[in-house]
Order: sequence, then structure tokens, then C-alpha cells
Amino acid sequence: MLKIDISSLPLLYEKIASLYPLVLPIKKANEVNYDKYSNGAEVSLFTLKTNKSPKDMFFPQTEDLMKFKVDGQKIEIIDTRKEAQPFVVMGVKACDYKAFEVLDRVFLVDPIDTYYKTKREAGIIITLACDRPEESCFCKAFNIDASSPLGDITTWKVGDKLFWKANTQKGKDLTEKIKDLFTEGDEKTVEKAKQEITETISKLPFSNIDVNALSKDEMLDTFKSDKWSKLSEACLGCGTCTFVCPTCQCFDIREFNANDKIMRFRCWDSCMYKDFTKTAGGQPRPTQMQRFRQRFMHKLVYYPENNDGLYSCVGCGRCVKKCPSHLNIVKVIKAFGGEKK
Amino acid sequence: MEKEFEALIPQVCVITDIRKDTPDVKTFRVVALDGKKPFIHKPGQCAMLSIPGVGEALFSITSSPTQTEYVEFSIKKCGCVTEMLHSFEVGQQITVRGPYGRCFPVDTVFKGKDMLFIAGGIGLAPLRSVINYIRDNRKDYGKVAIVYGSRSADDLVDYKEIIDEWQKEKDFDVYLTIDREQEGWTGHVGFVPNYVKEVNIPNTYTAVLCGPPIMIKFTLQGLLELGFEKKNIYTTLELRMKCGIGKCGRCNVGGKYVCKDGPVFCMTELDELPDEY
Repeated sequence: MLKIDISSLPLLYEKIASLYPLVLPIKKANEVNYDKYSNGAEVSLFTLKTNKSPKDMFFPQTEDLMKFKVDGQKIEIIDTRKEAQPFVVMGVKACDYKAFEVLDRVFLVDPIDTYYKTKREAGIIITLACDRPEESCFCKAFNIDASSPLGDITTWKVGDKLFWKANTQKGKDLTEKIKDLFTEGDEKTVEKAKQEITETISKLPFSNIDVNALSKDEMLDTFKSDKWSKLSEACLGCGTCTFVCPTCQCFDIREFNANDKIMRFRCWDSCMYKDFTKTAGGQPRPTQMQRFRQRFMHKLVYYPENNDGLYSCVGCGRCVKKCPSHLNIVKVIKAFGGEKK
Repeated sequence: MEKEFEALIPQVCVITDIRKDTPDVKTFRVVALDGKKPFIHKPGQCAMLSIPGVGEALFSITSSPTQTEYVEFSIKKCGCVTEMLHSFEVGQQITVRGPYGRCFPVDTVFKGKDMLFIAGGIGLAPLRSVINYIRDNRKDYGKVAIVYGSRSADDLVDYKEIIDEWQKEKDFDVYLTIDREQEGWTGHVGFVPNYVKEVNIPNTYTAVLCGPPIMIKFTLQGLLELGFEKKNIYTTLELRMKCGIGKCGRCNVGGKYVCKDGPVFCMTELDELPDEY
């Protein structure tokens, strides 16, 4: 266990950034998002909930796939994939880190998505325990321990110190290169801090959420129940929940004409949009209620069914905070019995 | 360093033959740039075809795997990509990736069975792959009955092959029908679901359905009335797809992805899925 003064963090950022591109929560125009560090950037490492999750680092909002050169009847495909260079993502919370596992189970199963894989392998992830979880957090419902996230390196903020512990070889290698900035830290101090975090979490308003009590049979049986109409009544179909969600992974593939070449790219899409499933032949989900239901059924029933019970929600609470109509997954969970009795 | 294989990156192929089947259906014969078949597939599987700058779309592979020279796609003009494909001439290159999806269980469940194929309009496209596969492996399967209907006589896809080859095949019964009376048509007139009941195929046959949703719905009802068991009825689903490999999320219905868990489904499996297809 190592430690560094919080006041010395700018030195740490500079040092890491001199070795690898460094991505961490940065404040820009009053919004905190994961962004590339540069000298003078307003780092906001201890912001609990960044606007968007760090999924962008591995599954960017828009990403080039390949180029085409068209000449008369002929087509040439240009592979635009680059080998990813190592980079560091710092300040990742336990929920967002768990979300990578949810994404891995989509992109890294056969056939492997190499665009995602290369970035995932190149990324060195430094997590940060949540010292002040807040009322919209409910990661504990998914057995996520916000006091001890994993990752290549785990960090804890305790008082005016940041504690640092390397977990993997990648994490140890990075630590070795910057160890001059640290002093020995006391394991016990961190243990105490962890207990305090756990205690805070147990007192949160959503601590009564119990997804294991969710009646999946009921959800399937009541697929056509009025509950869904009621729950989704106010949904605007804006898709904000899907864009801020760390586990949402639906995408679109599109093309644009770039001078003499055609670029095919993918971009995030949302099951909340009516065009998502529209075909020349018809629309299997014509109402917003059906689209709303699909999103939550996928997260709470279909995804776990295919992934050994792992939920496609990590309780980060972004949808709780961002939905303009105050709809969210917590309301859905509660409506279907997911509360501690 | 050799780059890893990426499923989303297609291969360039060339259209070597275009056959106009009906006023709005053309069949495209496609080979890879080296003149060979672009991939090995199984009956019922699909492939992503694209025209750079226009888009990419999933089509069922209509040729049988036993065709070793090329693959064929029967495509109805009904959107941007299909309209552009219809404007193409022989020699045009397109991109192809696949094959995708779960095929008809030709090597397991279908083996030794009497088969009933029921198709409407362009729905014959995926079934043609299985039917010709069975013709080329005749001893492995029982009797074959085919009920095929379309709007008019001009809209019957692969009419020449049906008349010249299928009807002459031993133990092959072909029943054609069109929706409305037409000059020069001496065959049956009427909708597919009713015709299926009229021809009265024994309910011990394994049925495979493909066609517009309304046809599927009423034909299925009819088959159940005739005493067919759901476990002996198969169909294919079609939903919007982008990736074809179970990642983009578009074709998700219940716990299934139509692109990789389908497009072929047994009716007993469809009963388990929410009604959203």
C-alpha cells in the first residue's frame, strides 16, 4: 500500500501523462466528464458521478470502422484499424468498472469485436473507492462493493491522502515507474475508510433495493401488464438514459462521404428511439411503452438470462439523475417487487 | 503485425449474373474476387450485403450449400439498398460478410422426415436453399410437399426452376397458387393459408413456413387445426439488424438475437419469446 498527498496529485498527473495518455474526470463548461489530461486541465478526480461514464474510452460514442474507395463498379476496402497504444484511465468508480465486465460479455464473446478489444487491452485502469456515495447510488443492489473496486490499481481518498494499491501486473509496472512520488501507506487506515464507506452505503435511500427479490417470472408473465404503461407514461423517448448508461451498448452503423472515400463508422444508438427497429416491412415496437419495456427487460431479465445472472445495470444512478421525466430503473425494479421486505 | 480478423469488415465480391424473377424481385449471383464462393454456408443462413455510400442490409442466402460455384440472393426492391442493387449490372462489386445465424436443422431434426414447405412471395428465398439442399441429398429425406403462393403469376419467384426441376423431382409435390384470377393461369387461385388446408398434407410432415407475417399467422392456425405439432413447425424471423453478430442490440427479442440465435426458429421456441417480431 502506497500513499500520496492530495495536494501533490498534479505532480502525479504530470508524471503519468509523461508516460502514457491519461484520461480522468475533467471539468469543462461546468460538466465533469472523462477526458484526456493536458497541462492546465481542471481535473476533478473526486467528482462522484461524471456526466457520462468512462465507457467512451473503450466503446467511443462514434468510431470509424473502415473506409471504402469506390471507382466505377470497383470497390476497395481500407482497414483503418490502428494498434492501440497503452493509456491510463484514472478515477473509475466501482460501478463503472463493473460495467466494463457487462460490455466485455458482449464485445469479447465470439466473434470478438477487435475495435473494442484492442482498446480494452491497452487500457490501464485506476479505480477510486467512493468516499461519499450519494442518494442516487444503488450499486450494492448488484453486489458491487464501492469501497474496494478492482482494476489494475485501486485508490482510496482518506483525509488529505490518496492511498494506492496495484492489483495486476499492468498496475505494478505503472506503479514501478512512478513510485518516487509515493510513501508507504498504512493498510489499516484504508480498512477503516472502507468500513466507513460500507456504512454510508447501508444508509442510502436505495439500500432497500433487492434485485434478487425481483420476480422475473412475473416480469415475463406480466409482459403485457398495465404496469408498463403506467411506468412509461411520461417517457419522452429522448434516449438520455441510454447515453449516460455505462452498460448500454446498442449501436448503429452508418456511412458518410469524405472527399473521394466513404467512411463507415459506428455510433451509439438507443432502443428508446422509434427508428431503432423500424424496417421496410414494419415496426415491431411501435409504441414508446414497448421500447421502454424492452430496455428494462433487457437489463433485468434478458441479459442476466444469457450471462450467468449478471445484471446489465450497475446502480450508478445516472439515469436517476438525468431523466427529464424522473423515470428510472429503480422505479421499475420496485414496481416488480425488487424491494427488501 | 497481422491484424486480427474483424467480423464487421466485409470482403469485396462481384455480381456475375442477375436474373429478373418478378417485376420487383431479382436474383443476384455473387462470387469473391478470386472467382470462388465467398463463404461456406448452411441452408437458412443470411449474409450482410453492402453498397458503400448507400448502406448495408441482411439477406437470406437463397442458393443451396451444395452449389459449389457461387452464392445467390433473391432480393425484393423495397428500400435504399435493394433499390440500388436492382439498378446494378453484371460486373458490379458489392461487399459481403457472413454467413450469419442458425440454419435449418437439415443435418439433425429434418433428417429422414417428410417435409412440407409453405412460402408466400419473396418468402421462397430462404426456403429455396433448403429445398435444393434436400434435392441434392435426396436419400436423407422423405417426401417433399411445397405450397407456394404469390399475388399474381408474375410474382412467383424462381418460376422456371419450380416448373422445370422441382415438379419433375421424384416424391416432390408442388402446389402453386395466386391470390386473384389471372388470364392464362390455369392453376389454383386463393390465399396460401386456405390452400394449405385444401391440399391436406398429413400432419406427420415437418412444416417450414416463410412469408409475410399475415400469411404466417393464418397458415400456422391452419396447421394447428390440421393437427400439426408446434415442435414440427419452423419459420424464420426478420428484424432490423446492423452488426449481424449479436452486438448492436437491434434484433433482440426476449433473450434471443435474431441474427445469431435465428433467423430460424421452431414454433415452440417462438412461444417462449415475447410477441415483438
